[in-house]
Amino acid sequence: MPREKILHKVRTALGRSSGQLPATPPPVRLRIPEVPLDARIESFTCALNKLNGKTCVAHSPQEALDYAAQLCEGKRVVASNSPVLRECGITGLPNVRSNYTDAEKLREACAAADVGITSADYALGDTGSLVMIASPREARLISLLPPVHLAIVPRSRILTGLDELFTLLPNPAEQTSSMVLITGPSRTADIEQILVRGVHGPREIHVVVL
Amino acid sequence: MSRTATTEPPKFRQTLEDANLQLAVYTATGRLMEKRREAVAADVLPEYQELRTQAHEIKKHTLDNLDYYLELFEERVKAHGGKVVYCKDGSEVADFVLRLAKERGARLIVKSKSMTTEEIDLNERLAHHQLESVETDLGEYILQLAHQRPYHIVAPALHLTRYDVANIFTEKLGVENETVIEKQTMIARGVLRQKFLQADIGISGANFLVADSGAVVIVENEGNARLTTSAPRIHIAVAGMEKMIARAQDLPVFLKLLGRSATGQPLTVYTSFLSGPRREGEVDGPEEFYVVLLDNGRTRLLADREKRQSLYCIRCGACLNHCPVYRKVGGHNYPWVYSGPIGAVITPQYMGVGKDPWLPFASSLCGACYEVCPVKINIPKLLLDLRSEVTKLKAKERAGWAERTAFRLWAWVMRHPRIYELMGSMTAAFFPEGETPGWLRSVPPFMNIGPLKKWLSQRDLPRPASKSFRQHWRSRRKGVR
Repeated sequence: MPREKILHKVRTALGRSSGQLPATPPPVRLRIPEVPLDARIESFTCALNKLNGKTCVAHSPQEALDYAAQLCEGKRVVASNSPVLRECGITGLPNVRSNYTDAEKLREACAAADVGITSADYALGDTGSLVMIASPREARLISLLPPVHLAIVPRSRILTGLDELFTLLPNPAEQTSSMVLITGPSRTADIEQILVRGVHGPREIHVVVL
Repeated sequence: MSRTATTEPPKFRQTLEDANLQLAVYTATGRLMEKRREAVAADVLPEYQELRTQAHEIKKHTLDNLDYYLELFEERVKAHGGKVVYCKDGSEVADFVLRLAKERGARLIVKSKSMTTEEIDLNERLAHHQLESVETDLGEYILQLAHQRPYHIVAPALHLTRYDVANIFTEKLGVENETVIEKQTMIARGVLRQKFLQADIGISGANFLVADSGAVVIVENEGNARLTTSAPRIHIAVAGMEKMIARAQDLPVFLKLLGRSATGQPLTVYTSFLSGPRREGEVDGPEEFYVVLLDNGRTRLLADREKRQSLYCIRCGACLNHCPVYRKVGGHNYPWVYSGPIGAVITPQYMGVGKDPWLPFASSLCGACYEVCPVKINIPKLLLDLRSEVTKLKAKERAGWAERTAFRLWAWVMRHPRIYELMGSMTAAFFPEGETPGWLRSVPPFMNIGPLKKWLSQRDLPRPASKSFRQHWRSRRKGVR
């Protein structure tokens, strides 16, 4: 068995024996600065705009709906099963398909869609990132296959940064098989270091802070 | 064990005389240097040095106790419905993938960028068994079409211009000559999107393995790794086992350093934290999840307490960008897939120092690599250690040559008794009697050379007998008769 052989080789190399506990690990380094909500929103939109993301701070669900309606006009749209979208009335828009529970059907819809709409579990103020946790409410491909991604994020969900995220979720694997941070539109600079957006993922990302 | 190196000898002169290539590499690495410098500047990231120290400490702790964390990782992956497969080398990885593909009737594989799979030539091994495996990172895709290996750990096609890409696309994809980079990118997007939707298996690498979560962490900018790990029915992550870190809560330290050191990004566009197949209720994602843990010589590196730190590397490529040697000779003159200072440190350890003995010497020891390394690997020190190993090995080889010659000479003399006797009597003639009885304190100058001189510096030589054994033998026989 390669497993036993390799583990044995590792132990021999390290001078350790089977079942031996590790030494005390270095203390975890997580620091959460105190940043008021307004400043977190400001920082988030600033960071995302710098990456060519579009942001909008909505003061009511109606404003969020208006933004979505304008973006989606005449387009094929897939929305996630997030209650936030329903509450805003986005899933009620005529060209928006939602409520997918079958992977195959969802995949087909996403591959053909022009816009994907999701919520986000969290957002990170210092980097302008969205935190997408896969669940029955949020599928993976909606924020990935369509060329435009719109996310509606409740303002209370905007954290300061990575340290706060991993303080809230010390072990994300306990609640999901996939947590993805999205920081701006998909990009590449593989040819002559020239920046091109939308290589495999969405070329546009819009975030409405609600 | 198959650790393939390039068969082509380095072409230094050719690289140095290629003005376009020189300019391309110099500009690209220069830009990456500048972006990094801005991203880690004290006013932007005051805790930068502290993060480096912390990253070093975490890697040290995890690798010093690697067996424990491997088992913990395995247990957590299992608990989430995934499977861990240990592989000794590239052929075991290929066997595993081929067997799984056969059992599941899989015909097409999409791959995201992974230096580890480059290291074991996974694509070639699979192609050999008629299993198509398509690289989906734009740079890697271009290189796969052109049958080249990566020029740089982070920017694999750094040496190619838009005109090179246009020619490759025209030749391999049959598209019209297209030199606008945006349009070239869209051509690749179109081709690869179909592959993503058809593929049965997605193979990714891993930037980190998180022991306490059983998670694979992948960072990228294009979205191809997300597609590779989300769209196909099966996800296989192939990772060197040194990619381990102890806890999910250690990730922020590394994520803050990796993007900044590589491309000057505070975070790359996508950071995926994946732990197991799709769970009950989740709408999409792979149904099967495998993590292949590769040894391929890593256990050997682990055994050397000092050089173990070369396994801390998180493959950011900063040492390449800052290396005056890499910036001149480029990535294809290094003997293995890992180029630049980190390549010069790990290649001799994987391949043996005797394989390319010049490699640790191809450095000015300026120390820039150490200064910019996000996990503080003391590359110049390791290069010096390797130089010392090379020198010792060479000395040994030289000694071996002298010894072999001496014994060959000895054997010849032994087969010629008259010459043997002559030499014996000549030796005796050089040491007239007198001096210290029984022992010689000095030898004639022509003998006092080389290894004999060293040997004699600590020892006295017994005085040759006045009569040799043969002479005694002859006179005795005469006497008896």
